[in-house]
Amino acid sequence: MLRLAPALVITLLVVPVGAGLAMVLLPAFGYLPVLGGHSVSFAPWQMLFAQPGLSRSVAVSFASGLVSTAIAFSIVVLFLAASRGTWLDRGIRRLVSPLLAIPHAAMAFGFAFLIAPSGLMARLISPSLTGWERPPDALIINDPWGLSLMAGLVLKEVPFLLLMSLAALPQLKVDKRLMLARSLGYAPTIAWLKTVLPSLYPLIRLPIYAVIAYATSVVDMALILGPRLPPTLSVSILSWFNDPDITRRFMASAAAVLQLGVTLAALLCWWLLEQLIRLLTRNWLINGSRQRGEIALRLIGRSALLLSSVTAVAALVGLGLFSLAGFWRFPELLPQMLTLDHWQRSGPMLAKPLLNTALIGLISTTLATALVLATLENEYRQQLTPKRTLWLLYLPLLVPQIAFLFGLIVAAESLGIRPQLSLVIAGHLLFVLPYVYLSLAETYRRLDPRWLQVARSLGVSRNAAFWRIRLPLLFAPLLTAFAVGLAISIGQYLPTQLLGAGRVTTVTTEAVALASGSNRRLIGVWALVQAGLPLIGFMLALTLPRLLGSRRRELAT
Amino acid sequence: MSVYSTDQLRLEKIHIAQTGHELLAVDTTIYPGEVLTVMGPSGSGKSTLLAYIAGFLDPVFSASGGVWLGERDLLSLPAEERGIGLLFQDPLLFPHLSVGGNLRFGLPRRIRDKRQQVTSALEQVGLAGFEERDPATLSGGQKARVALMRLLLSKPRAVLLDEPFSKLDTALRQETRALVFSQLREAGLPALLVTHDHADADAAGGRVIELG
Repeated sequence: MLRLAPALVITLLVVPVGAGLAMVLLPAFGYLPVLGGHSVSFAPWQMLFAQPGLSRSVAVSFASGLVSTAIAFSIVVLFLAASRGTWLDRGIRRLVSPLLAIPHAAMAFGFAFLIAPSGLMARLISPSLTGWERPPDALIINDPWGLSLMAGLVLKEVPFLLLMSLAALPQLKVDKRLMLARSLGYAPTIAWLKTVLPSLYPLIRLPIYAVIAYATSVVDMALILGPRLPPTLSVSILSWFNDPDITRRFMASAAAVLQLGVTLAALLCWWLLEQLIRLLTRNWLINGSRQRGEIALRLIGRSALLLSSVTAVAALVGLGLFSLAGFWRFPELLPQMLTLDHWQRSGPMLAKPLLNTALIGLISTTLATALVLATLENEYRQQLTPKRTLWLLYLPLLVPQIAFLFGLIVAAESLGIRPQLSLVIAGHLLFVLPYVYLSLAETYRRLDPRWLQVARSLGVSRNAAFWRIRLPLLFAPLLTAFAVGLAISIGQYLPTQLLGAGRVTTVTTEAVALASGSNRRLIGVWALVQAGLPLIGFMLALTLPRLLGSRRRELAT
Repeated sequence: MSVYSTDQLRLEKIHIAQTGHELLAVDTTIYPGEVLTVMGPSGSGKSTLLAYIAGFLDPVFSASGGVWLGERDLLSLPAEERGIGLLFQDPLLFPHLSVGGNLRFGLPRRIRDKRQQVTSALEQVGLAGFEERDPATLSGGQKARVALMRLLLSKPRAVLLDEPFSKLDTALRQETRALVFSQLREAGLPALLVTHDHADADAAGGRVIELG
């Protein structure tokens, strides 16, 4: 049984993505008998390229992916280089997982409330600095070049890349490298950039590619922050797919293939930049420059991440403020009165989506955790070294959701499976599983094998040793991985919306649905609920081991 | 302590190699109550020999030869049925269990009066009343003693020691050494000790095989 686990995991991830892509490729060239397309043609493409604003959509999608990733990556790298051992370092380390847990949609809403013409930032400086007595008539959110979308993406990408880097750093023996470099006269930040970064980058390359793929094709955040006329490519695709006119579905398929191309082009572009930077810095690494730029890099490194973290926290505070606001005239920083009205009115409507969210999250994460444990335990028992095929785990994170989910529905329907709750759960599994794996694998492999050897030499079978020694020793990381899985599931918009055919409502689909309206109080309530759920998961994951293991000192740490 | 079976541990023409390069060759028999010491610098394959006998050999090594406990062919058995007790340089007390829980973990399931056995085992090494203690609160010497009693309570038929004293400070090392060897001798078990410390070999008082 256990031996089948790796193959099962890979199949579960690869087959749906492959089937989904196939079922998008065929209609992109006019072939989909279910919808009456029997012959291969380029009509969908001709129709697609005749759409007004298509090139702008493509440009914004492409640029927002690359620019936001480049900014987020620079922020994280400079922070790690400049802040080792400072109070900022310790504080941010604690803040990073909660920030990562906030779903994209909630972060987008919070950020929108912050920067909108009548948002918190405008209120903070009005009328004293600006003289504005009324909200300025400026298009800040939904700006045509997607700048606010890029900024919103950066806020979410920074904690992700930071966490991935922090997880990879321990294997690099950073302290020794820095000690050596500094004894040779290198300033701390320069020392880190020259001796640690070249080894760190290959370890976080795949997460970076996942970020680029996500950012070029994001839907929920683009619905909230992105440009409107024309919207990003991914948002256009969504509306074309939902169009009652069937010819538009063929065009949407062609557009989904185009989206895949845009994402691949962005990845290729990043790869070329990688090579270029490697070439340009080859000499810098060994030119002996030990101090130049230290002060500037240190300043940027510390302030940039601080700024993005403070913005993220402020966005959450903004959500809370709007959800509680009563009457609130423009230039005033705080509402005149706070009220629970919006919460009370939303209460009854929250029940069903909350239940769905919990059900989908718990089931998909439990399945994912079981599969990941089986894979890792099999790897340990067969004494396998981690295989190269593991990059397939990243497949659902590297292929844009919008490019294969529609095809997946067509594939499922041709097997007689209608969109429903169980299909949503299966869809979430695709995205939860890789993250649970990423979050657990290193700790699992690093557990001292002698623990299990001692247990077995004491006469305990392999299975018993797994349950009685392995799982209790890994209790805390296991809970964290579970919380990560839950957070990923809770934040999913597109899989829920599409695989549930809009009938399976979660807090995320409901919150995003409010984006087109303008009731900020209501948005505040729903976005805050959406952000709160994963946080509860992380808090439980942090406190449960301490409560249960309070008598066991070494386990609690 | 109850009566142990007194089978000898036969290491028959064992050869261990890594990528075609031979690490060690051993052919010997360890008699009940004897402590055989294998000495050698790090990288000489001492611990690999123990892993082979106990059933945890990493597949990067290739090994041949037989391991017999009396008439039983150990290599055909899974690790947990070999009856080989292990003592490492770290005591490896399970942090999620109490001291008493660690001792009970090793007790065979069918044994009665478990509580009594745990109590008397702790008394025997001067740790009476430590059942409910968290292993993390014990000193290094106390942990080593609990690990030893956990091993003996599991009624092994042979014992492998992997530099078990190297992490203890000098005074504690002599005391623990004396305790471990006297307990093993009293139990009448064949024991294999790997170490790079000559004082360990002297205290063990048995034959010494030098590797490397």
